[in-house]
This record gives sequence, C-alpha cells and structure tokens, in this order.
Amino acid sequence: MIRVNDIHKSFGKVRAVRGVSFEAPDGKITGLLGPNGAGKSTTLRVLYTVLTPDKGRASIDGVDVVTDSLKARQRIGALPHGAGLYPHLTARENIAYYATLCGLDKRDIEARVAGIVDLLEIGDFADRRTKGFSHGQRTKVSLARALVHNPQNVILDEPSNGLDVMATRSLRDLILKLKDAGRCVLFSSHVMQEVAALCDDIVIIANGKVAIDDSVDGIRRRTGCDDLEDAFVRAIEMVGPE
Amino acid sequence: MRTLITVFIKEVIDNFRDRRTLASALIMGPLFGPLLFAFVINLSIERSLDDIDRVLEVPVLGQQHAPNLMRYLESHNIEVIEGPPGRAAAIDAVTTGKHDVIVIVPAGFGEQLADTIPAKIELISDQANTQAERDARRVRNALHSYNQELAAIRLVARGVSPIVLRPFNVDEIDVSTPSGRSAMLLGMMSYFFIFALLMGGMYLAIDTTAGERERGSLEPILTLPVTRDQLMLGKIAATCVFMAVSLLLSLCSFFVALKFMPLEQLGMTPNFGPDVVIAAFFVLAPFILLGASLMTLVASFTKSYKEAQTWLSVVLVAPTLPILIVSILTLRPQLEFMFIPSLSQHLLLVDMIKNEPVNMLHVAISVTSTIALGAVLTWICARLYRREGLLG
Repeated sequence: MIRVNDIHKSFGKVRAVRGVSFEAPDGKITGLLGPNGAGKSTTLRVLYTVLTPDKGRASIDGVDVVTDSLKARQRIGALPHGAGLYPHLTARENIAYYATLCGLDKRDIEARVAGIVDLLEIGDFADRRTKGFSHGQRTKVSLARALVHNPQNVILDEPSNGLDVMATRSLRDLILKLKDAGRCVLFSSHVMQEVAALCDDIVIIANGKVAIDDSVDGIRRRTGCDDLEDAFVRAIEMVGPE
Repeated sequence: MRTLITVFIKEVIDNFRDRRTLASALIMGPLFGPLLFAFVINLSIERSLDDIDRVLEVPVLGQQHAPNLMRYLESHNIEVIEGPPGRAAAIDAVTTGKHDVIVIVPAGFGEQLADTIPAKIELISDQANTQAERDARRVRNALHSYNQELAAIRLVARGVSPIVLRPFNVDEIDVSTPSGRSAMLLGMMSYFFIFALLMGGMYLAIDTTAGERERGSLEPILTLPVTRDQLMLGKIAATCVFMAVSLLLSLCSFFVALKFMPLEQLGMTPNFGPDVVIAAFFVLAPFILLGASLMTLVASFTKSYKEAQTWLSVVLVAPTLPILIVSILTLRPQLEFMFIPSLSQHLLLVDMIKNEPVNMLHVAISVTSTIALGAVLTWICARLYRREGLLG
C-alpha cells in the first residue's frame, strides 16, 4: 500500500512536482500516466527514497519515506528509469548481490535467485556476464534484481520503455502475476494504451499535478472522450500550464 | 557490517574481472614506473661508466701541422679522423649536429711552437648541448694536459722545475656515504610508490560515484534497504585493498629492479633489502586511506567517468608538490614536515634508503597525521554520498 499526500519537489527554479496525492492499494495495479517531464519520475523517486520532498508526505505500508526511509526501502522493490547492471558480473550474480544487500538469509539466496530466474524466464542467459546484454535482457535482469526479496510494493519507472512486443508481453504477464499475489504495483508510463490494458487505477499527471485519478471507464466518463488518446489529451488540458 | 562486507567482496570480484582496469591498476602503476626508472638509471650509469673507456672519434683539420699532438690524442683514446673541408664547413657540421666536436690546427702551428710564440688551436663545439659537451670536455682536457706537458718540457729545458707552476694542490674529501649518494637518485622512488598506490585504486574510486552513475547502477542500489554510509565504506575498503596490493607490487618490483642496476659501480649502495621493503610498506600504508578517500571525493564532484579521470590525473601529481619543494630547498627532515602527508613518507623513506637511523617519533607523527586526514576525508565522502545531488 502506497500513500502519497500532497508532495512538492523543486530543482532550483523548476517545480517538478507541485502537490501530487494518490493511493496505490495492495492487490491492484496503479498506473502513473503523463507526458514527458510531467513529474512521474520525480514522484517515484520520492517514493523509493532517493529524493526528499520539499513538502508533503508519502508512506509505504504506513512507513514514512522521509523519517523512516530505511524501513520503507525494506518494503519496496524498485526499478528506476534506465537502471544499469554490473557488466562484469553474471545476471545471477547481479541478482544475488541485491539479495544479499537486502539482508536475505545466505542459505535462501540461491533458491530465491533460482526462483526469480524461473519466474522471469531468464535462465538462458542467467550465467552469462551482463556485458553486451540487449535492452530487453537488461530490463528483465533489473526487474529480477528488484523483486528478488519478495517486496510487498513494486515501483517501476517506465519499465516497458524500449522493449519489443514479446518482452512487453512477458512484462505485462509478470505485473499481472504480482497483482494476483496481492502485491501493490505502481508503474509509470507515457503510453495510454499500455496503462489502460493493465491498470485498475490510473493517475494522470501533467505539469507536476494530478489531472485525474480514476479507473479507465471513469476517465472516459469524466473527460467525455471515448477514445483513450483523446481522453488523455483532454485530461492534460484540464490541468493547464503553471 | 554485513552490507559493508558484501559490497567489499562484490567490488573486489568486479574489479578483478575487469582485465583492462586491472592491468592498469596492478601492472601499469607498480611495474611500469620501476621498470622505466631502472631503464633510465641503467642507461645513464652505463653512459657515464663507459665514457672514459670509449674511443672518441674527433675530426681534426690540419692534422699534418701537429703530428705529435695527433699521437698524443691517440694515446688518450681519442681517435683522430678526417674532418670536413675548411673552417666554415666544420662550424656548419657542429651546428647541424653532424659532429659533436671538431679541432682545427691552423697552418704554422709547428713554427709558432718552435718559436715559443703562443700558438692557436680551435675547438668547435656547441656548449648548449650537454650531451655533446661531455665529449668536448674530454678533448678539451686532453688538449689542456698536452699544453701542460709542453710547458713542463720547456721549463725543464731552461733548468726550471715544473713544480714552480704548482704553488698548491687541492685535495677534495667527499664525506657522502655510498648509501647517501643513492638517496639523491633513489629519492624519487617514493613518488613512484605513491603513484603506483594511487593508480591501484583509481578505477574503484571513480566507480564509487561517477562510474555507478554513468552506468545507471547507482539509483537502483540506493533503493535497497542499506545505508549509504555502508555502501560508501565498503567501496572505499575495496579501493584500499587494491591500493595496498599495488603498493606492495611496486615495492617488490623495485626490489628486483635494483638488483639489475649497477649502482655499486657508481659508488652507491642503496639500503633496500627485504626488511626495508616491509618497513617502507608500513610507512606508506597510511597514505592508502588518504589517497582512496581523496580520489573518491574528487570523483564524486564529476559528472562522468571521463571527467573524473581528468581530475584524478591532477590528484596523481599533487603528492609530488611537497616533495618537490623540499627537494629544491634541500631541507633536512624536521618534526613539522611529518604532519604533511606524502612529504613525511618521502623523508622517512629517504632516511631508510640512506641507512640512517629513523626517528620513531617522526614515524608516529607521520602515521597518525596521515590516517587522521584520511579519516576526515572519508567522513566528508560519506556526507557527500548522502546528498541528493549525488544522482546528478
């Protein structure tokens, strides 16, 4: 369960996020949708604790991300935008490194890593060094790394960016599996169709503010647009410039 | 603690697998420096040693005017050869570097000698060219001693002892010990060690911030339930280990390289046995933490790996500055100097090589002040690692 309450964040004069609030409940998939530069990544970065909000609060399972960030991090698995691997370690070693850092029991790590390798179907290249991996392979390993400690909350920043059809598909399957397991999944995207196909709830962000927070049907209704793309554009217009 | 060890082990494995950086860290630094040093020293030693034995070929114009002088030169290991035709051509040959030194004996030399009129011999050389000047000096000395010999013969012929021309002799007494003479030459070694030590950890120091950031692996690792201090310290610990290995390798390679240098022929016996190697390691070791934290600190301000490398090359030169200043001013080891890292290590090392008693108080101050500064820099690194701007 992720709760965001009126967070603000500026970088110098740029006000990246100006009052974003939403909730991402367990057992549901929440999509953070918005054009480039809308403040999606900044919001997610606050949630996985690498940024501190200027104002407002956010919590993971009730744990504050600012005052108790270490504890909050124990409850999340995060895939930052453009996450990189260690090229001289094999995929399996990359995953095991994170598992160890997450504090998993030494005896469990091997089984855990094997389990996540199976789940993401990356066994074919799991024992190769990640140098020279394709973008899709890298994303899958990064995902496996983020999920190896079985986090209750999963935060993914534009995970489907640059993936081909097959890879996107298996990513979608994985997200659905996480949902079925009762996890809270929050991911960002700038592709309306993708979000619509997966999410129970969509939070549309534009200019650092929440435009609409509703289900797909709810968004259609409130914008009065049947076509999803039109609905997206209309919602963004509703926020208006700063 | 577990996090720290995990990070440490991962960094060591990671760095070991990266053959290119490993080569630059553990071969370039420790081996290239000493080998280059050995090569240069060997070359200069051999050059100065075989100079006297080497036959020097000197073109002489107008050989027929001074046959006795020619024989005299030949007896002094100077082989007289045919020179360029004419004075202008001779000057030109020296100017262009075709010959280092040319002697011209003008016509009428023999007659002037016979009439006891001061005769003239021209010696053409380029005094700005130090290499050529060495050969010119040999010829000049030979001519000078021939001059003296002739003068002595003339005095004897007039019934005067040649000794009257020598009111006194100067005896020079050199008090420098063979080890002391080595210290001048081997004093620069300490910089090679510091250089190798820094090279050993350079890649990891950059990787801690700029490298991880550029690769995109920094942000994911910061989302894990570990403190940034632990990540930082684990990485600095791994950096230190590679620096220590690099230092040890460089000490050993110097130990081996010195065996192949004919230093005894120059009257030098550097005190650089296995015991000094070990002592030097412990004297230099405190510099490891300082170097690791300094490099990490500098790299953390840079935007990319390339930029970090540029800045770190400045850091590589920085430790030479105090050494250089003290060497130029030829200052003796003093208590105050022991507070200055790199300088204190240098001075202690020179003392050891000179086989002079090492002041234990100096060692204690050097070790503690260097470690203290290293600890302060590590603390600053950790502070900087906590800030948001780290992500760039």
